[in-house]
Amino acid sequence: MPAADPPRRATDVAAAVADGRTSARAEVDAALARADALQATTNAFTDLLGERARAAADALDARLAAGEAAPPLAGVPIAVKANLAVAGVRTSAGAAILRDYVPPETATVVARLEAAGAIPIAMANLDAFGMGSSSEASVHGPVRNPVDPARVAGGSSGGSAAAVAGGAVPLAVGTDTGGSVRQPAAFTGVLGVKPTYGTLSRSGVIAYASSLDQVGLLAHDANDLAVALDAMVGRDPRDATSLDVPAVFARDLRTSPAADAGAGDAPLAGLRVGRVVETFGEGNAAEVEAATAATLARLEVLGAEVRDVAVPAAPAALAAYYLIASAEASSNLARYDGTIAGVRVGEDGDGQVAVTTASRGAGFGREVRRRILMGTFALSAGHVDAWYARALQVRRKVSDDLTAAFGHVDLLATPTAPGVAYPLGARVDDPLAMYLGDADTVLANLAGLGAISVPADVPGGALPVGLQLLAPPLGDGRLLQVAAALQRA
Amino acid sequence: MPDAVIGLEIHLAVRTRSKMFCSCDATGFGDAPNQHVCPVCMGLAGALPVANREAIDRTLRFALALDCTVPQRTQFHRKHYVYPDAPKNYQISQYDQPLGEHGALALPGGRRIGITRVHLEEDAGRLVHPPYADHSLLDLNRAGAPLMEMVTEPDLRTPEEARAFLAEVRAVARAVGASDASPEEGKMRADVNVSLRRPDGSFGTKVEVKNVNSFRSVEAALHHEIQRQTRLLEDGFEVVQETRGWNEGGQKTVPQRSKEAAADYRYMPDPDLPAIDLPVAHVDALRAAMPELPAAKRARYAALGLEPDAAAQFAADVHASAVFDATCAAFDGPPTTVANWLASEVAGRLRARETTLEAVAPDPAAFAARLADLLALVHDRTISATAGKEILDAVLDGADPARVVDERGLARVADEGALRALVETVMAEHPDVVASAKVEPKAVNALLGRVMKASGGAADAQVVRRLLEAALADDA
Repeated sequence: MPAADPPRRATDVAAAVADGRTSARAEVDAALARADALQATTNAFTDLLGERARAAADALDARLAAGEAAPPLAGVPIAVKANLAVAGVRTSAGAAILRDYVPPETATVVARLEAAGAIPIAMANLDAFGMGSSSEASVHGPVRNPVDPARVAGGSSGGSAAAVAGGAVPLAVGTDTGGSVRQPAAFTGVLGVKPTYGTLSRSGVIAYASSLDQVGLLAHDANDLAVALDAMVGRDPRDATSLDVPAVFARDLRTSPAADAGAGDAPLAGLRVGRVVETFGEGNAAEVEAATAATLARLEVLGAEVRDVAVPAAPAALAAYYLIASAEASSNLARYDGTIAGVRVGEDGDGQVAVTTASRGAGFGREVRRRILMGTFALSAGHVDAWYARALQVRRKVSDDLTAAFGHVDLLATPTAPGVAYPLGARVDDPLAMYLGDADTVLANLAGLGAISVPADVPGGALPVGLQLLAPPLGDGRLLQVAAALQRA
Repeated sequence: MPDAVIGLEIHLAVRTRSKMFCSCDATGFGDAPNQHVCPVCMGLAGALPVANREAIDRTLRFALALDCTVPQRTQFHRKHYVYPDAPKNYQISQYDQPLGEHGALALPGGRRIGITRVHLEEDAGRLVHPPYADHSLLDLNRAGAPLMEMVTEPDLRTPEEARAFLAEVRAVARAVGASDASPEEGKMRADVNVSLRRPDGSFGTKVEVKNVNSFRSVEAALHHEIQRQTRLLEDGFEVVQETRGWNEGGQKTVPQRSKEAAADYRYMPDPDLPAIDLPVAHVDALRAAMPELPAAKRARYAALGLEPDAAAQFAADVHASAVFDATCAAFDGPPTTVANWLASEVAGRLRARETTLEAVAPDPAAFAARLADLLALVHDRTISATAGKEILDAVLDGADPARVVDERGLARVADEGALRALVETVMAEHPDVVASAKVEPKAVNALLGRVMKASGGAADAQVVRRLLEAALADDA
């Protein structure tokens, strides 16, 4: 078992480091020990960064000892999904072809977290290139759910979710292309947020589907998410799609009614929440229906008004998502041919075609190959209009429908996933069943909206369920405020 | 010769300091391999492209100069093909929203050639094949450098016309600062499409000749290809639609690949590069700042009285025309004098030195000021033309003409007393020439030359001639 009472809140760790009750080095050592223990039961990590993390902790402690002001995440140990580049550290993306890849530069968001005092202690396991919903499709082996190690942790940020849920770190970075932060958060019972597209730089994120990929965060505490987002936002000149989002999440949360609400208060008074009717009922597990209904009821207790809204295009979203994501994946992954980066299979004399073919055959797993083939097909002459172009039309329709829904309500609510964490291996040979689990999360990615998964109300001992909330563009602060209110109530 | 239908696809390296989608140096193609690379132009995982606005603006200037319609919004697309010189296995290019469309450029003769489109893309790397090796080497210095592609309508009719068109394109690209357009540096490359018009007027089967790397080769390749296709048709064969290459050594086109293996590029909007707005005000500002184009310059120079060749020569060369214009502005004499000096005296000396005007006179205004001073000294007869030519070398090297004149004592001597003494000396030294001059008046020139030489070029030739003629008459 890990050390008793692992810190649940990153901001508590930072406060203790700041006022000298503990040191960054002590926190990092403890986190590394917890991660080591958790690895044995969950395989949450691809690599522990012991030496690098300890050096960073010592350097921070030295700066604090010299009188430097403590940064907001001073000494907070974090886990980084292994598709975010960390300079000098193996960043495999869970893929055989990048098994030995050590990037020369650190992803912008990770560098910004480090500048705010956070210390990466581990690279988190994932489905290769983020393609998967169970974190089983990894060259490093499957991730297990710390809640029930016989079950998956969700994916593709399953390692990041397990790291937080299992208590190794209070905060983890993930990426979310179709639900890859929110669904594992739901499966492991933690918060998972994917902000509005463009809020967080993708520079250094190993691309899966660029128009859908967005960095996200997992934690137990809404304020931790706010403080971390503040450290990470701001336009990045290296990412042409990044926006200049102001770092006011923590301030807005502090000044919102949710901040100091007591029992019986109605901190969400005036908030209109739309229950997306297409995502409830048939197709959902009974415990998902029950838990999400209970949490929606609790939102009403907190003062919110919950009403049904329609998003007619929602049922078509999943097909559009898999076409667009696969099309972009087929393009993004074309570069892995054994020439410059990545594992090369074959000898010089074999010729370029043979080396490329052999490298890809050995370096891409089944799911990655499936999506490359689907995406290549969807973009091919003679098929592009029927598939890719059509999917783009559906994407616009989904976006339009969501925009229309936000004409009536402030936030939208859906289950995060139609079911709970399933046993390891249950869907490995049934990709369609696995894809269906993403039906509710892909809405936010297709429309570029911010969304959060909050733990829904389940009976004691039951598997976790997530309630997903979606906000209009750049309304991510509101998501954190609702999460905070639910957390306190 | 049968009627040919010719279209060109021309690639021009955009003149920018940095590459198209990263901040690597875009000017060091020839440096040691892979000196100018980064994660972006190497296509490493996680690296993202960011568009170079300067390259977009320069391409817009080029498109505007070609009378293209410029959209209010443009987009980059990914063009997929697997080849080791493309590190991402796709090229960032443009597809249905190019920077310019529906333009035209007039040949010097006046006929307008349609421009289908002008777009911006990234250049590829360079493969090096070491002899007898079982591998190739990759140099990515050029990978990701900005490259313009312009496509013409099939409006050209003869190889000579194609060559003249290329020269005009080069002149325009240089005039607007879009490209150095130097084929010898690989900064301008052409693919040629040619077919023969059928007797019923329809276009015949098109053949593409790829990567023809000089204007002369374009002309030669077209001649060869037209001849080849003519012979095929005369002998009762069909022309096959295919891509051919130009064999410089053999001066012939050779088959490369047939069109059956046509590539499917799977164009897709690049999700890393959001659509770019091109506000009307911005495009208008670029249009307003457009320099005078070669055609307008030619017309202006012709109106100044320049010979067509000289007018074309200056108009095609931004630097030469800057020097010419500035010299004319500073010189109170006829522009034709400036043109003659530049085209013969200056150009001749540059040729002899194996250098260029740009190298000798990096600052056109400063050089023009010196040249105008020199021409003024000749024009106002302070020095002779002979003396002027003599000090031109020093002026090319940066010297102030008036100072050289002083130092070398070249100021024209028109004083009759001084010159008469010189004339008498020369006549006394050459009684035989004097004798023949008395019989044959033209021989006076021989004496004149000797007097000029004796004066170091400083004597006023007209005064000397008058004195000589008078002396000969007196003597008679």
